[in-house]
Amino acid sequence: MFGTTFMLAIRSIFRHKLRSFLTTLGIIIGVAAVVAMVTLGKATTKAAQAQVASLGTNVLQIRPGQGFGRGGGGPRPPDFKEADVEAIARQVAGVKAVAPQAQSTATVIYQGANWSTTINGTTNAFFQVQPWPLVSGRTFSRNEEQAGNAVCIIGNTIRTNLFRGGEAVGDRIRVNGVSCDVIGVLSTRGQGGFGDQDDVIIMPIKQVQRRFTGNRDIRLMMVGVDPAYDSAQVQESIKQVLRERRRITGGKEDDFNIFDTAQISQTLTGITTLLTQIVTAVAAISLVVGGIGIMNIMLVSVTERTREIGIRLAIGAVASEVLLQFLMEAVVLSCLGGLVGLVVAQLVVIGLAPLMQVEFLFEPQINVIAFLVSALIGVVFGYFPAQRAAGLNPIDALRHE
Amino acid sequence: MADSDPPIIRLRGVTKVYGEGPTAFQALKGVDLDIAAGDFVAVMGPSGSGKSTTMNILGCLDVPTGGQFLFKGVHVERLDRDQRALLRRKYLGFVFQGFNLLARTSALENVELPLLYRGDPRKQRREAAMEALDKVGLKDWWDHTPGELSGGQQQRVAIARAIVTNPDVLLADEPTGNLDSERSIEIMEFLTELNKTSGITVLMVTHEPDMAAFAHTIVHFKDGLVERIEAGHKSGEAVA
Repeated sequence: MFGTTFMLAIRSIFRHKLRSFLTTLGIIIGVAAVVAMVTLGKATTKAAQAQVASLGTNVLQIRPGQGFGRGGGGPRPPDFKEADVEAIARQVAGVKAVAPQAQSTATVIYQGANWSTTINGTTNAFFQVQPWPLVSGRTFSRNEEQAGNAVCIIGNTIRTNLFRGGEAVGDRIRVNGVSCDVIGVLSTRGQGGFGDQDDVIIMPIKQVQRRFTGNRDIRLMMVGVDPAYDSAQVQESIKQVLRERRRITGGKEDDFNIFDTAQISQTLTGITTLLTQIVTAVAAISLVVGGIGIMNIMLVSVTERTREIGIRLAIGAVASEVLLQFLMEAVVLSCLGGLVGLVVAQLVVIGLAPLMQVEFLFEPQINVIAFLVSALIGVVFGYFPAQRAAGLNPIDALRHE
Repeated sequence: MADSDPPIIRLRGVTKVYGEGPTAFQALKGVDLDIAAGDFVAVMGPSGSGKSTTMNILGCLDVPTGGQFLFKGVHVERLDRDQRALLRRKYLGFVFQGFNLLARTSALENVELPLLYRGDPRKQRREAAMEALDKVGLKDWWDHTPGELSGGQQQRVAIARAIVTNPDVLLADEPTGNLDSERSIEIMEFLTELNKTSGITVLMVTHEPDMAAFAHTIVHFKDGLVERIEAGHKSGEAVA
């Protein structure tokens, strides 16, 4: 009986192609919206996480001042000194490496081409704190680091703009008039919420301090934390060391801040997840509206086909067979709508993913769930019209005009 | 038919009341009627005489308010909705005045419909439906939809649908009501032939004496009762 009813439903659906399509439109849109939103949401979360991960996991950033944008009045808190870097590296357990940073901007010239960029003075610890491999060349030698030689490691954007993507290692560039040996090229990190991360030149910090900033100040320390240690505890130890060194006593507030990249990761994930949930909820409402659309059309269909129902009952269909036929029609319709919606969703994701700078993902779970929900909607919203059809009196139904 | 055979249909004191209270209308006031298996019966009477109500009850589409209806010895008035549906499926075939074919559905699929509910396999369904269409002379029209067929052809498809299950009784409600006299005679001749060759009991409602003349037995209804029964007509001889 099931197979027969299924066939009857298919026949009836394809006999009214336009109406069937319009009926399922709500489900198509609903399923497509839910699946596309969830898929894109997950892709966005993943992209955000990847970006944060590129900063290095278990990395603490320490800056003077009380966090972003909270300058306020009073004298600016002092920058760090080399002794602070050494103290943290020596005294705090669980610290892998501490990379000091002194930054400046400069104009770089190579064979008539010039480019404005950021100069980042640091030590080799920079490459231990975070994963940022070189594509060619080498990091600083011990000598270069200690003497503060005029050597540099360039980001990919510099190579593209000055060397037109060609080999750069071994060449010399002029940085604000200082002739500088290119010893290495960094791998690409790409665009992100933090600007073009590849638009940078890395130099020994002593060179930057001597030639560019003109002082021995360190504006930022990046601390690599051993994953075996608890990040919160390491942060607390660093705080104690710095408070002592900066002579902050009693209840006075810190005049520096420690920022954990893991925190950014969590916050970003939290935001994207919340956004995905909200948009999905809105899309889910359109699924319900689609279900009501199916019920509407099925009710119209039952009225319109009253005579057909009468004929079926007269030639010996029992009530449950008529019920099953109309229920099956609703379920097949909504399932077809669900399938089409899934296809549309993938197309939407394929189309939007490059625009949103995320990679295309196929999420099997949400696809299966959305399809099952569309089937369920068919059952729920198809039941009432089907019951009405099955309850018809054959004599009245046959007389129906 | 030997007289000793039990009638296939037996009505005893059948009443039917529509509505309740002061507006109630008594359509049947105690009908007694026996119909022998293999008979060709025409039911006549003015509108409101109870002939349609009786046909609905005989077709197991409706139940009497009172009295007994035995079909092949089964008390139909005691059966529920689904049991009556199964009875129709197994033993009855219907032909209506308005043909009542499924629109946008081929003749073959229309004829197949009752077999679908019997759960016959596809191949068997096809063969039986084609055979029935062949009997009514529409084998070559199997893929035409009702919209592409004339009234007479549509009624023949409806007859094919009614007989495809080899029913014991064929109920025809004004089968020629929508047809011109030439087509009407064709249909009547076909029903007569069917009654003779396959022994199907034919029950037909008509208000045209010309058509009733094809039957063996004519039952006249008046005011919710059987007025008189003309038995022993010689089928086919009354044709003008």
